[in-house]
Amino acid sequence: MFVLDALNYASDWLDGSLAFRWSCRMGVCGSCGALVDGTPRLTCAAPIPETGEKVVIEPLHNFPVQKDLVVDIGDFMEKLGRVEPWIIRERERALEEGEYPQKPEELEKYDQFSACINCMLCYAACPVFAADKEFIGPAAAALGYRYNLDSRDEGATERLDLLTGGAGAFDCTFVGECSIVCPKNVDPALALQRIKIDAALTSLKSIMRRGK
Amino acid sequence: MVEKFSHDIAIVGAGAAGLRAAIAAATFSDKLSIGLLSKVYPMRSHTVSAEGGTAAVLKDYDSTDLHALDTIKGSDYLADQDAVELFVREAPSEVIQLEHWGCPWSREEDGKLAARAFGGMSVKRTLFAADKTGFHLLHTLLQHSLKYPGIVRYDEWFVLSLAVEDGAVRGLVALDLRTSELAFVSASAVIVATGGAGRMYQFTTNGVIKTGDGMAISYRAGVPLKDMEFIQFHPTALPGTGILITEASRGEGGYLKNKDGERFLSRYTPEKMELGPRDILSRALVQEIREGRGFEGPFGAYLLLDLRHLGEKVIDSKLPFVRELALNYAKIDPVKEPIPVRPAQHYTMGGIHTDVNGRTPLPGLYSCGEAACVTINGANRLGSNSLSECLVFGRRAGQDAASFALSRRERDHNPGGDRSVSSVQYVSLAEEKMNRLLKKEGGQERLAEMREGLQSLMETKVGIFREEKGLREALREIRELKGRLPSAKVDDRGRTFNMEMVHAFELDFMLDVAESVAYSALMRQESRGAHFRTDFPKRDDKSLEGPDKGQEVPPGTDTRELLPGVRSKVPSEDVRLGCTQLRE
Repeated sequence: MFVLDALNYASDWLDGSLAFRWSCRMGVCGSCGALVDGTPRLTCAAPIPETGEKVVIEPLHNFPVQKDLVVDIGDFMEKLGRVEPWIIRERERALEEGEYPQKPEELEKYDQFSACINCMLCYAACPVFAADKEFIGPAAAALGYRYNLDSRDEGATERLDLLTGGAGAFDCTFVGECSIVCPKNVDPALALQRIKIDAALTSLKSIMRRGK
Repeated sequence: MVEKFSHDIAIVGAGAAGLRAAIAAATFSDKLSIGLLSKVYPMRSHTVSAEGGTAAVLKDYDSTDLHALDTIKGSDYLADQDAVELFVREAPSEVIQLEHWGCPWSREEDGKLAARAFGGMSVKRTLFAADKTGFHLLHTLLQHSLKYPGIVRYDEWFVLSLAVEDGAVRGLVALDLRTSELAFVSASAVIVATGGAGRMYQFTTNGVIKTGDGMAISYRAGVPLKDMEFIQFHPTALPGTGILITEASRGEGGYLKNKDGERFLSRYTPEKMELGPRDILSRALVQEIREGRGFEGPFGAYLLLDLRHLGEKVIDSKLPFVRELALNYAKIDPVKEPIPVRPAQHYTMGGIHTDVNGRTPLPGLYSCGEAACVTINGANRLGSNSLSECLVFGRRAGQDAASFALSRRERDHNPGGDRSVSSVQYVSLAEEKMNRLLKKEGGQERLAEMREGLQSLMETKVGIFREEKGLREALREIRELKGRLPSAKVDDRGRTFNMEMVHAFELDFMLDVAESVAYSALMRQESRGAHFRTDFPKRDDKSLEGPDKGQEVPPGTDTRELLPGVRSKVPSEDVRLGCTQLRE
């Protein structure tokens, strides 16, 4: 018995006006996030203790609540588009030329960051986002950075500017809560730190080039 | 004051098929305005749950002829063979296209795409991204789609009906879930990509959003549904929840075992064993259980899927999601213990009647993906053909709709075509229906009671095994439920995220789809693919001699007559099914 089952029981048999999102009930669609006893969880994967203790369910923090457990994530969708989460290349291969070869170890480099299900638990846990809603945040940063690590992509420099501009990666204070709550073992905190390092190295390189 | 939006193309549904169609239209012409409507955020679409992979011929040892032959055999000879040929020819470039867009396909050591074995496929041709292929495909498509300013998303907008005037589709009526405001979206072309209707069954691998909305609104607009009796049951789902345990677990070498520890498929499909087609395997599992060789559990009888001999390394690299699902939802570690499994509804082979360009008989209306029936799947879909189908026919529908909408735009000098559509009339019809729910007093029966009623009758009477008596009862009960639905008890009178109202509309849609499934199942007096009639246990190839495609289809036609032509290039074999022997 999971928290989602309890929510469904309540809306089916007790009060049909209860509003919450869910679909796959197998931890991959990312729609059923909520605070369970204060911790951001996927309700479909949060077991109800068999000891019969009370479980407190609240909407995810840091988002405008629309109704009950339904929060507005429109801001994330906008941020996701802003980090250009697609392959950027000077010349695109024709389809007839086949796939871009990518060795398993090259896939390994970005694989974990591509596992983000956009469930928003990391935003609910992030103290920086809590204080500043402009902050790009863990998921959007990790998803943008995922393309920087992809051997098929040539847009890293352009994307680093987007990831660090405005309330970008440098605002992250490396609390690491995002990585702790991630239900898919993505490490967005690591992505944010590496974005900072990559950006610092890039600007260092350009200073050195100018010095020559 | 009704809000109005206008686009050249409106796409309903933003899973793999809808997103692929949107991108195809956007790349066809950057002049086009494309409205992409979905009742959920695109990344919640059920494509996300597809696990095993995407079939396409990309290896030297393989050929498109072989892929076509496997697909036609798998379909129990009901697929449109011309459509299959086109499908297998175009699938490879779609997989490459997704690769170019960044999909993290699993790789061989040399960097080429890796392929795995799958049920009914005679060679390894299923490309995959670990065991989260649908998830990666969906997110790649969504992220790539953000590039195109021509694609305007309407996230969490629920489409209630199509507007048809002068014999063509003119737009649609949609409900903004945030406010329950209705809007009219005018469009020269509408593409329905809403997926299947698995939620009309009690045990299903489908997410809760799969309620056949697009099939129902198209049907109500006079568009035929085709091959509806063919419902696929996936042999391996977790008991209770119906959570999918991918066929890839058998493709990678997993065994199905009964209570005696026997790999029982040797008695049903000795050559293919665990990699036989899904229809045959699902029936075999049920038969084993009926003959007392299953296990009894809190959620009914089950059998075992044993992966232990694959070892932790293979499980973690090829099937990590299976391990995660089994651990989280069955408290079983497949490295150490076999996974309990049972068949569950998985896919609707039938759907909205289209040609290979996604066109329906209604000008301007298109469909693709699981909502549509081209048909390349016939009476039984092969695993890993469905993601390829979403890509191939999503692109074709998107392109054809784009060209159609552009020609309309040139004629009418504005996006969305003719403005004279009586949009108010369509909106007020939907408004009336909504108000009947919101303002209704009293009511006894809870919606959940009716939904469970439908699910249980579909499970028992329109399930893996069917017969005339049960099907007639099912039809009567579905019609009775239709009559009762307007008197349901509704708690929520609010207009913000009134999910109860959404579920009422969904149930209304599902009842139409369920009726068409039960009716078609009653009419088809033979056993073919996923449709097994215990009172007609043999396949009857005379049923293939139907009228050819391209025939006029007046609304309300008995659509089972509309078999697409060209089904006979590959002659049907005398014996394909384990089922006939199975009964004797």
